[in-house]
Amino acid sequence: MVEFDLSMSQYAYFMVVLLMAIGLYAMLTKRNLFKKLVGMVTFQTAIYIFFIQGAVRLKSSVPIIDEEIGMSAAQYVNPLPHLLILTAIVVGISTLGVAAAFLIVIHRRFKTLDDQAIMGLMKEPD
Amino acid sequence: MSNLPVLIIMPLLLASFLAVLFGIWWPGWARFISIIGTGMALVASIVGLSKVLSTGEALHHYMGGWPPPIGVEYVLDHLSAFMVVIINLIGLIAVVYPPAPGLYEVPRKGIPTYALILLLLGGLNGTVLVGDLFTLYVFLAIYSVATYGLVSLGGDRAMVASLRYLILGTIAGGFYFLGVGFIYFTVGTLNMADAANLLPAFYDSPTIMAAVALIVVGMGVKLALFPLHVWLPDAHSYAPPVVAALLAAIQVKAAAYVIVRIMLTVFQPEYFTDTLPVTTVIVVASAGGIVFGSVMAIAQSDFKRMLAYSTVAQIGFVGLGIGLANPLALVGGLLHILNHAFMKSCLFLVAGGIKHQTGLQQIPRFAGLGRKMPLTMACFTVAALSMIGIPPTAGFFSKWYLVLGSIDAQNWAVVAVILLSSLLSAVYFFRAIEKIYTKSSEGEPAVEQANEPSARILMPIALLAGGIIILGLTNAFIVTQVLNPVAALLSP
Repeated sequence: MVEFDLSMSQYAYFMVVLLMAIGLYAMLTKRNLFKKLVGMVTFQTAIYIFFIQGAVRLKSSVPIIDEEIGMSAAQYVNPLPHLLILTAIVVGISTLGVAAAFLIVIHRRFKTLDDQAIMGLMKEPD
Repeated sequence: MSNLPVLIIMPLLLASFLAVLFGIWWPGWARFISIIGTGMALVASIVGLSKVLSTGEALHHYMGGWPPPIGVEYVLDHLSAFMVVIINLIGLIAVVYPPAPGLYEVPRKGIPTYALILLLLGGLNGTVLVGDLFTLYVFLAIYSVATYGLVSLGGDRAMVASLRYLILGTIAGGFYFLGVGFIYFTVGTLNMADAANLLPAFYDSPTIMAAVALIVVGMGVKLALFPLHVWLPDAHSYAPPVVAALLAAIQVKAAAYVIVRIMLTVFQPEYFTDTLPVTTVIVVASAGGIVFGSVMAIAQSDFKRMLAYSTVAQIGFVGLGIGLANPLALVGGLLHILNHAFMKSCLFLVAGGIKHQTGLQQIPRFAGLGRKMPLTMACFTVAALSMIGIPPTAGFFSKWYLVLGSIDAQNWAVVAVILLSSLLSAVYFFRAIEKIYTKSSEGEPAVEQANEPSARILMPIALLAGGIIILGLTNAFIVTQVLNPVAALLSP
């Protein structure tokens, strides 16, 4: 049987899962399109925090080789997850920018951001 | 080390940048640049395919000269060479197709439509070529963002459809990224080949199982695998014809490629078939999608919406090829990626031509078009027969391999589903063919005044229709030379 480590040292991951669940819930159930976007950002932020938490290494140094600390990789923080998240933030921002632009146009055309109302308006002939 | 893998991506990304700059002042140049860029990418990918076929070995490029596992690797092997040729061929035909029928309007100053198409193609090529799990996510995001912009060109409704796709696409990308994170924190590498060596020791770990589930579900959304297809019908039917052709022909297939790549290269196929029931789930979902998509397509009267639901069904065939996980079925599924790319893009371009010439998009009003637009309708008929699966069109052969594969797997329910789907697609395509050829126009003014579209519109359509017949006749060559080495990975 699989054993899960439920100690307090893992509490950050519970927060990640909580944030992710909130984000997914908002994205899939909220009727207001803007709230869906807020959920989207929450979901993405949860993923960023997951990667950053995975890179945490207590009592270690910045990833620049220092003669006093030595050559052992265990003495330094892993810089790769931070780099991945920097890239992922750029991806997230561009997606959010496109989505926000869509919201402006949709609101101009349909005069509402309510998902159900827009669905009804879309069914009407031009 | 070879430079070919990046030489396929570079012209597209460079041309995308140039198309934005030129599009600001001289919009006409943007299309010219995109034709050159896509043409260069196509030449590079054909050279790459012939090199891979003649040597039988993969070409590797290490970005910046850093060898893997530290650097990012680009790999051109049989599977990715097959995919890039399809992507760039359909991409070239899409940019050659005139913008008036294809994008509803000629791009105005400052609207970088062609730059977005190039970005989409560049992202797809990158997704297929890269040998690194994280860079794959970046390319996924590049082509997704380009797709959202392109879909929204279809008007206000397309904008809403695109926003819904954006939200689901972000969830899908997030799931994939999370899965990659699980793999990275377990084995400490992002390189696919390196991860493949390290992963077997962790096959019992629940983290890796969760990673597989997240990646497959994420890619299932991008692939529009039933029941995760909800975004597809709206996005594909409201998008302009050229965009819809690109999306249905190559964009959704990139996700299928990712699943195949993860299953064959990053993991051992046995892990997906025996340890975890991933392939069983994919088979059930695909079979459901085939039946659902076909039935929904019968219920539609809008031409493009019918094609969109038919895409949901056809994705199921690709999914079956992956899910049955035996060499014959995988060959069928991969061959169907190629065949469906030709058939569906041909049909969407025909839809664009009809709308441009007559303004019609409802099938019941097509009556009598067969006499007015004989060449366009002949191409439509070829593509429709191929969708149904009538020899010697290409569509027959991929279904043939899939049926052989499912008999091999002793999965009789799937055999029944494939045969049933041919029957159902016969229903919705013969309904349209009957309207077009046997009925008279019943005084519909748009049909009375219709005439054949110009050669510039007709050429790409005829090229695709001719391609369907040629693919049907040459499929034995494609299967033995290109696809059998891929399928051999299933049973080492």
